[in-house]
Amino acid sequence: MTRNPYVRPISAREWVFRHPRYVRYMVREFSCLFIGGWTALMVWGLRALSEGPGAWTAFLQLLRSPAGIAFQLLTLAFALYHSVTWFNLTPKALPVPFIAAAHYALWAALSAGLAYLAS
Amino acid sequence: MKSHKPIVWGPFAAGGTLTAFLTPVLVALTLLQPQGLSYESMHAFAAHWAGKVVLAGAIFLSLWSAAHRLRITLYDLGLRADALAAAVLYGATLACTGAAAYYLVKI
Repeated sequence: MTRNPYVRPISAREWVFRHPRYVRYMVREFSCLFIGGWTALMVWGLRALSEGPGAWTAFLQLLRSPAGIAFQLLTLAFALYHSVTWFNLTPKALPVPFIAAAHYALWAALSAGLAYLAS
Repeated sequence: MKSHKPIVWGPFAAGGTLTAFLTPVLVALTLLQPQGLSYESMHAFAAHWAGKVVLAGAIFLSLWSAAHRLRITLYDLGLRADALAAAVLYGATLACTGAAAYYLVKI
């Protein structure tokens, strides 16, 4: 292999829409904007929590606003897509029988457990 | 030169796994706002030292994995200023985690 192979410049528009696989890859990568944004929103919530009950109630109301609900629904959809793609890759990282199934089972158990604790 | 890859990649993998397991249910909870999200419950959780450690750790790993993935995505989209993107994104992660730690100490 040559040391400095020539790489033809290619714009993102040129390759992303060339195959549905690349579009799915980009959707998966864009999940980080929503997961990261939602986490930053939770840091804002911690600030409210540190300021007292009034600030916390205002934060919960912000989450219930139309924009808050829309953002959380989008985050939920992208987060689910991230989970599914992440767990489906586990057999490549760790080639053990039923490794993906084990992750899905643990995911279900953790989700149910947290929902139960919070109810 | 020794590679820095394991240092940035480790928290990315840990955060990716953590968010895959927990983010969907947590977002569903902030949407539905059950009793567990009341001020008393959340404050009790965040006031305990173990709750503080869990929250700070989860926030750091989630933000780091998002920052790392965004860095790679920006490169994929044609942004070649990778060192700048890395500095800004990892820096924002550390700043946000620092802010979270400050609020947690105040609680």
